[in-house]
Amino acid sequence: MELSGAEILVQCLKDEGVEYLFGYPGGAVLHIYDALYNQEDVKHILVRHEQAATHAADGYARATGNPGVVLVTSGPGATNAVTGIATAYMDSIPMVVITGQVSTAVIGSDAFQEVDSVGITRPCVKHNFLVKDINDLAETIKKAFFVASTGRPGPVVVDVPKDITDPAIKVPYHYPETVNMRSYQPTLKGHSGQIKRAVDLLLAAKKPMIYSGGGVVLGKGSDELRQFVRGLGFPITSTLMGLGAYPASDKQFLGMLGMHGTYEANMAMHDCDVLIAIGARFDDRVTGKIAEFCPDATIIHIDVDPSSISKTITVDIPIVGSVPDVLSEMNHLIENSSKKPSKKALSEWWSIIDGWRAVKCMSYDQNSDKIKPQMVVEMVHEITKGNAYVTSDVGQHQMWAAQYYPFEEPNRWINSGGLGTMGFGLPAAMGVQLAFPDSVVVCVTGEGSIQMCIQELSTCLQYGLPVKIVALNNRYLGMVRQWQEFFYENRYSHSYMESLPDFVKLAESYGHVGIRIERPEDLRAELERGFAMDNRLVFFDIVTDQTENVYPMIAQGKAHNDMHMSPFSAPAQDKERELS
Amino acid sequence: MRHIISILIENEAGALSRVSGLFSARGYNIESLTVAPTEDPSLSRMTIVTAGTERIVEQIVKQLNKLIDVVKLMDLTEGPHIEREMMLIKVKASTMAQREDVKRLCDIFRGHIIDVTSSTYTIEMTGAVSKLDSFIEALAEHKIIETVRSGVTGIARGDKSLHL
Repeated sequence: MELSGAEILVQCLKDEGVEYLFGYPGGAVLHIYDALYNQEDVKHILVRHEQAATHAADGYARATGNPGVVLVTSGPGATNAVTGIATAYMDSIPMVVITGQVSTAVIGSDAFQEVDSVGITRPCVKHNFLVKDINDLAETIKKAFFVASTGRPGPVVVDVPKDITDPAIKVPYHYPETVNMRSYQPTLKGHSGQIKRAVDLLLAAKKPMIYSGGGVVLGKGSDELRQFVRGLGFPITSTLMGLGAYPASDKQFLGMLGMHGTYEANMAMHDCDVLIAIGARFDDRVTGKIAEFCPDATIIHIDVDPSSISKTITVDIPIVGSVPDVLSEMNHLIENSSKKPSKKALSEWWSIIDGWRAVKCMSYDQNSDKIKPQMVVEMVHEITKGNAYVTSDVGQHQMWAAQYYPFEEPNRWINSGGLGTMGFGLPAAMGVQLAFPDSVVVCVTGEGSIQMCIQELSTCLQYGLPVKIVALNNRYLGMVRQWQEFFYENRYSHSYMESLPDFVKLAESYGHVGIRIERPEDLRAELERGFAMDNRLVFFDIVTDQTENVYPMIAQGKAHNDMHMSPFSAPAQDKERELS
Repeated sequence: MRHIISILIENEAGALSRVSGLFSARGYNIESLTVAPTEDPSLSRMTIVTAGTERIVEQIVKQLNKLIDVVKLMDLTEGPHIEREMMLIKVKASTMAQREDVKRLCDIFRGHIIDVTSSTYTIEMTGAVSKLDSFIEALAEHKIIETVRSGVTGIARGDKSLHL
């Protein structure tokens, strides 16, 4: 079979089993778009901005575990995609981004719509390729999918010059089944000796703590994690990225840790004697002050990426390997060990933890005459019966969604944790909704974030995506306002949003349903009314309390046991500060 | 501490920028970097001299290994090794006294004069960094017109080697 470069590209995507291609046409990719015409296997989703194409592919990847695929043109097409590529890179999301490039003959001549896409994306991709020979095209695409989805996943860019896709030049097509790269051999199986040492340490622990992260979700290790946690009876906390890997409703789950983590999770981190980090990377939003991080703990760390180990926190027992591989080996050892965790020590540890839980750090004002954002998220959780896929943008609403929507399953919570990209939520929700057309997909957002990719309301109409947008509208860039209140003596520099659009009319003008909710007493009925519209995108513009803050909060550079607590939580037993 | 890291890397366009970009993006120190193809044309050998705490050097090694184009890597400073740098240095040598003294120093340091004009000598010298530094110091009385150093290359002593 002889195919042109453009046809090869499309055929590769078919052979790779790609369901959706998120893209936007332009000069350098016109041959490829011509090859996409009149075929049904790879469904192209036309976004309204290339950033949204990458976020949509990213959302698709996070929800399904399969790589998201993007096609954009050269120059501005590629640069617009960079934010989405960097977002995926920071959260290790598998993604293949095909960027058009000017013809090989004019590369380097500042041709129309030319940028050095390989150079620009290099620091925010797992790897990238420039295809200079049509005969390398199919193998390069295979390599891109292989690199993107194995080991620690990440985005891969393939830059394809226009002449490579010329319809007049045809070569034999062969898509390799597998690809072997001598320079890329990720380690999946952990070192048995290290695993045994770790298990011995865990079984002897008196105040153990499990800290799980996004690697559990990405590595599809949720089942092994559940068995591990239940088998040991230890408390577990999760990073923002790991939520859902362990069911939030389980009594062993202490909630999220870190800057906006629960009181009990952060205190248990601070006081534990053995910490096991599973697919987590000791991010600064998690560790707080490095020098005071888990001061008494011996630390075990499981990660598929060796460079994550001892990057910020020096660990005692590093284990390089994939989460499910390592955890199954540990589970096997634990089951067959003559040693068991000390019941007495564990029950003492749990009673300390229960004391921290009694502080009820997530309490907020239930009797306000304003709509409390936490209440909105809790109600959305109730109405969706906890089964929704929830995407978010970045800021206070993101934290409230993470805190007040308990996730029972992995891949349900879709947010930009590492890069913190405003504008992520709506396009990501499109990708999720396409992957799961019969599921409820909620985008929890704010009036600031939603405007960063608002144009995608148009894409949602074109493809009939009934996303439910829950905009917590407090007329402030809320997280910025909160920091200005806490750390800049209420100097609200450029965090107030004036001249907001009428979101109801805006939604309607895009062909959707808009619902504005202003009073707490209307909240439930209006949310229920909107969520009942299965086939419509509903934009809830919810006017929330402007002064609400996200609690608890560990200020940047502070230790885990130094938290700002909600004025509505019970007094803490220890030395915590309360912020009036 | 100073480390010499030897890398076998795919001989592909952009491979060098991946390495140099890594150092600048993560704020790692880079003293010198040399790169050239090996006997296998698909592979380049790169030698990087860097400095940092053990923790930073450990991260440098891990981050380099993480680059998809890096095939294999070795920290030469972890074991016995030989390091060499080549220097070309052009020195003013117009008077008889200058010419004699430069020639004498060059001989002591086992360099070679590879180009001569009526007013200059150009010397080629190979050795460890410290030797080349000493030679420059020894020329203190003279006028150095130009110094070109290749950066450090190195190889492990004995049976140990960096190959596929």
